[in-house]
Amino acid sequence: MWDYSDKVKEHFFNPKNAGAVVNANAIGEVGSISCGDALRLTLKVNDATEVIEDAGFQTFGCGSAIASSSVLTEIIKGLTLDEALKVTNQDIAAELDGLPPEKMHCSVMGREALQAAVANYRGEEWKDDHEEGALICKCFAIDAVMIEEMVWANKLRTVEDVTNYTKAGGGCASCHEDIEAILEKVLKERGESFNPEAAPLEKPVVEKAEKKPLTNLQRIKKIEEVLNSLRPQLMADGGDVELVEVIDNIAYVNMTGACNGCQMAAMTISGIQQRLMEVLGEFIRVIPASQMPKLVTIQEGTHA
Amino acid sequence: MPDIYLDNNATTKVDLAVVDAMLPYFTEFFGNPSSIHRFADGVAKAIKKARSQVQELIGAEHDSEIIFTSCGTESDSTAILSAIKAQPNRKEIITTTVEHPAILNLVDNLEKEGYTIHRLPVDKCGRLNLEAYKNMLSDQVAIVSVMWANNETGTIFPVVEMAELASNAGVMFHTDAVQAVGKIPMMLQDTKIDMLSISGHKLHAPKGIGVLYLRRGTRYRPLLRGGHQERGRRAGTENTASIVGLGRACELAIEHMEYENTKVKAMRDRLEQGIIESIPHCFITGDLNNRLPNTTDIAFEYIEGEAILMLLNKAGIAASSGSACTSGSLEPSHVMRAMQIPYTAAHGTIRFSFSRFNTMSDVDEVLKVMPDIAANLRKLSPYWDGNGPVANPEEAFQPTYA
Repeated sequence: MWDYSDKVKEHFFNPKNAGAVVNANAIGEVGSISCGDALRLTLKVNDATEVIEDAGFQTFGCGSAIASSSVLTEIIKGLTLDEALKVTNQDIAAELDGLPPEKMHCSVMGREALQAAVANYRGEEWKDDHEEGALICKCFAIDAVMIEEMVWANKLRTVEDVTNYTKAGGGCASCHEDIEAILEKVLKERGESFNPEAAPLEKPVVEKAEKKPLTNLQRIKKIEEVLNSLRPQLMADGGDVELVEVIDNIAYVNMTGACNGCQMAAMTISGIQQRLMEVLGEFIRVIPASQMPKLVTIQEGTHA
Repeated sequence: MPDIYLDNNATTKVDLAVVDAMLPYFTEFFGNPSSIHRFADGVAKAIKKARSQVQELIGAEHDSEIIFTSCGTESDSTAILSAIKAQPNRKEIITTTVEHPAILNLVDNLEKEGYTIHRLPVDKCGRLNLEAYKNMLSDQVAIVSVMWANNETGTIFPVVEMAELASNAGVMFHTDAVQAVGKIPMMLQDTKIDMLSISGHKLHAPKGIGVLYLRRGTRYRPLLRGGHQERGRRAGTENTASIVGLGRACELAIEHMEYENTKVKAMRDRLEQGIIESIPHCFITGDLNNRLPNTTDIAFEYIEGEAILMLLNKAGIAASSGSACTSGSLEPSHVMRAMQIPYTAAHGTIRFSFSRFNTMSDVDEVLKVMPDIAANLRKLSPYWDGNGPVANPEEAFQPTYA
């Protein structure tokens, strides 16, 4: 059985706004019956203010699909269409106190239904921009279609490449066999053959390790550079990271946005640490700022 | 809240008599059965007794045809890998589209290594076409592996007849019988079945113990080599307590065989009938005239299985589903797809599987809550409108990336 949060259960057992809204003037229908979930979102939008006055859902799907639909209608009621469009699937998942990785697509379905409904109201055509495949990497919720596209687009050749470009396989590593199978397939279609011994593509932003020991100022600057280079990836997932303090070889960081409280935060932190060590060429630990010892004063610091 | 367990095809409660039989082998008789001292005294004898208890349940001719393994999956893998190792010139395998993943994922992998896999399809009732099967048999086939009974629908396959056909064509025959053993009588010595897999936890023995039946004279290559245990055919120190437990469970299964096929079957039949009568738009899947006595698999149209299970669970009832969401995959059960059950129904299949520990009052309880569960979920479904499905559901609701 899935480990659903109490919030998910609450919305599943007592769904809010179930059923179609009478006199709805915006309807969004998304999902795929073959995948076992489908959602129709009906909205009553005030034509003068574009405020969503009422929202209702009809969902064919599992517990988390119904909970995601329910919580979505609660979030968007009272928002204007433009405000509602800013709601991400991360917002939906966060409102439910998180979803298991296999179930994140339920929150994606909610966001898509909303986009489809708004497009319907505005007389536009909404097109789904992603196709979903079998879930490969459970740590980072990356599916086969995504991996295959990245392998094609970037001419990836090794599992390490795939991890660098998609994060897939960067956690528990159990899916490496499946990633190899995708590589084998795509490389064959490309007329090459998969070689597990092949060197990975150019290591992303690897700089030569400095030979001289770094001063603390240099170290902080370098750490900032590395965090900046990682930021787009984190922000794509609705999260962010900020450097709080560097004491000796320990960097204290704050994980914010979707990273905050995310089950994967620990894994992300160890990924950041790995990258820092590669670039700085020295051992460094990354620790959440919440675990930082009480700030030391400069005197204590120098005399210690 | 009631505590009703109707998921006995997934696993069963260990019978207390089995637990009692096992306990001394954790404490008093903990010795290694291969040792020559008083701590091992009697352990080898206990294993021998268990072997004969298993032998009796499945009607094997010799007790040496029973090889203890760690689980049904190990028995399946051992059987198929043995057949292809022993006959390196035969590069084809025959199986069905509705096998357990223990077989399907194994042969998928062998396919990547160059083997040709013939997967027999089933019709809408889950039955095999024996004519098609006959045409697949040849001297290129290393082994046929066909389950005795399907875990989802309970449909029984004609494995005795199929083994006969294989034998006539000079082809080895294996059956994954983990769902059938203990539920329907069998007499292997009168068949041409060469290998058969058993899983202890499906018949009130503990998890972590299985059996491979290996007909005397069948060419064989072990999966695990090492010590002399199981006459060198499955090395590794014996799981003595579980072996003793499985033996006792087999003995109990013989005692309850009639009960299983009368009383347990009556509970299943009453549940099935009650649901069909009280809930519109649901149907039973599989071959209704040829099924395990304890299993029913019911498709509730226009609603999704995991949602049904969560509501059943809230009402104290445990069952299982062939929906995609329970497994975390995107496709509904391969068994439902193979039977061409439409998606709107395949995602809403619920399997209720009974055991001798169930009672008629369990059935009453399910019949009490199930109509409301279906009705409440249908209220949420875009495929449902008031008192019935929307006209032409697959067309009426066409989401963007269906």
